[in-house]
Amino acid sequence: MTSYLLQRVLLMIPTFIGITLIVFLVVRLAPGDPAELRAAGGLGAAASGGISVDKRGAVDEAMAQWRAQYGLDKPLYVQYAVWLQNIFTLSFGVSFKDSQPVWGKITERIPVTLKLNLWSLLVVYLVAIPLGIYSATHQNSITDQATTLIAFVLFAVPLVWAATMALVFLCGGDFYYFFPPGGLESLDAADNWSWWRKISDHAWHLFLPVVLLSYDGFAGLSRYMRASMLEVLRQDYVQVARSKGLDEGVVVFKHVLRNSLIPQVTLLASILPGMIGGSVIIETIFSIPGLGQLGFESVLSRDYPVVLALLAVTSILTLIGILISDLLLAVVDPRIAFGRRAQ
Amino acid sequence: MATESTEGGGLWSDVWQRFKRNPVALTGFLVVCVFVFTALFADFIANDKPYYTEYKSKSYFPIFRSYLVGMKLGQWPAELVNAEFKKLEGAKSFFPPIPYRPSNINLLEPLEPPSGRHWFGTDKLGRDVMAGMVHGSRVSLSIGFVAVGIAVMIGVVLGAIAGYFGSWTDLIISRLFEVMLSIPTFFLLITIAALLPPSIFLTMFIIGATSWVGIARFTRNEFLRIRNLDYVTSAIALGGTDRKVMFKHILPNALAPVIVSVVLGIAGAILVESSLSFLGIGVPAELVTWGSILHEASTTTYAWWLAVFPGFAIFITVLAYYLVGEGLREVLDPRLRGLR
Repeated sequence: MTSYLLQRVLLMIPTFIGITLIVFLVVRLAPGDPAELRAAGGLGAAASGGISVDKRGAVDEAMAQWRAQYGLDKPLYVQYAVWLQNIFTLSFGVSFKDSQPVWGKITERIPVTLKLNLWSLLVVYLVAIPLGIYSATHQNSITDQATTLIAFVLFAVPLVWAATMALVFLCGGDFYYFFPPGGLESLDAADNWSWWRKISDHAWHLFLPVVLLSYDGFAGLSRYMRASMLEVLRQDYVQVARSKGLDEGVVVFKHVLRNSLIPQVTLLASILPGMIGGSVIIETIFSIPGLGQLGFESVLSRDYPVVLALLAVTSILTLIGILISDLLLAVVDPRIAFGRRAQ
Repeated sequence: MATESTEGGGLWSDVWQRFKRNPVALTGFLVVCVFVFTALFADFIANDKPYYTEYKSKSYFPIFRSYLVGMKLGQWPAELVNAEFKKLEGAKSFFPPIPYRPSNINLLEPLEPPSGRHWFGTDKLGRDVMAGMVHGSRVSLSIGFVAVGIAVMIGVVLGAIAGYFGSWTDLIISRLFEVMLSIPTFFLLITIAALLPPSIFLTMFIIGATSWVGIARFTRNEFLRIRNLDYVTSAIALGGTDRKVMFKHILPNALAPVIVSVVLGIAGAILVESSLSFLGIGVPAELVTWGSILHEASTTTYAWWLAVFPGFAIFITVLAYYLVGEGLREVLDPRLRGLR
């Protein structure tokens, strides 16, 4: 086990370098000079050349100064090295847009996105696991066929469509006003509200975003759960358990469930990047001030330090997630740490 | 696939025979065919030019003519240059079922609900939504195929090399898989697409370049399994070069599960493209796509027709590809039989 742990952690190092290198190069090699953009925005169309020669000189000087301030004048590999160093101290510099520290901007957004995604994870697992168990133990029943069908159809529903439909039909367009069209709390929310009113107002705002973030994870997980239950149900030891007269409930919940939950552990890590992508869409549509919205806005305004930091932080979190789920897998299934792992 | 006819025509006709027996998968296949047909013949389904027109006692075929003009093989007759065929005096014209192009702006009819004139209504600029959807299918179709084509090329080659050579090569390439799995693909995609100038070709390339990991891992696992089979050992013993053994002997047998992930990948690429154009990045602003109509719906929430129809088109197309993929999985992968 120790050697497996060591091996896994050592292998993370090249992966970490690969992630940071790709992220850095993608953002920094894209055409469009942030200094030029800033000059165009701040000093009035200077970049397009509609400015007299002597003023152009002043603009160039300001741009050079600004580049030096952010270290953009150094060669790319030096910039990469500096940035890599900063990752370890969590100092991602300051935002190009408002000169606020990047790390502060990110940490103030984390709770919102975390709340959204944790609720949605909870919904996904609480609904999908029991449904998967039921489907597998009642294979080919009408409920099983219906949930399989629904999961399959849900999987094909584009998130942007579901969200737009909810916005048009449920959020006070010409149709119903069941849910608010955006934000996390009502505009007239006040501190003197009772805690119950605060919570229900919050839940009212969170309901749609959480449901929308959950449905496709739910569709996937319930199917995985069903398949993995069915696979375990076919094993010999289950037959043995049954033939020695154990109650079917004990067989299912004690013998089968434990083993078929193993693959679901790994899913947790692979769900994370998808949820970050989903957060971008949901937070943009429902104007929720989370990481997704911050990321999208920063990309549009070419706020490189923020984009770089977000990509790096989320990738590294996912990497750690993969490591943890692999280790958990190795704990529950000792064969993995010994045998050759075939992904 | 180009290799199938030489390597195993028998297998593929057998696959088709069994695929045909699954009505659900077959329905999906038919929907995909309709979708491809719509994309290929969009000009003949939604066009502001007629198929046929009789003007000043002469006959013309304006849609065909516009192709000729487009290819610089012909010219418009003098009296029809920039003609608006719908307003031609005394012309007898036979128009396509949707007599609009997505670029036809009509500011007198903004945000019209569905009616006999505009079956799916109009958008803010008075453009016909159905015409936009018919032509938008081209974007979806080409993005799906080209992006997955790129992903297959990268994925199959990397997966084959990793699975075939194993040991150190595998270790290094597997790190690359891990890198790509860790970076949130959609966010990376948004970043690249937003930083580059908007272009449909770049978008195809970016989607392809970020979505090959699944295919690569499938290919790798298949190669790992097949590499140790006796026939491969004998092929190597007989002096087959690495490249020949990999692509001529192993690949055809590894293809079956890969094809399933290719079909599912097309659906994924269509979904991703619609999200990108929903967010307004990747494709040029003036290009009407299913996602761009949806985007307008999210800002003009009283225009329900802008939300319902294009989203349903994405949904049905993606569902159809999923059905085809599932059907193929059942006929191609005997190990999965009885599992579902």
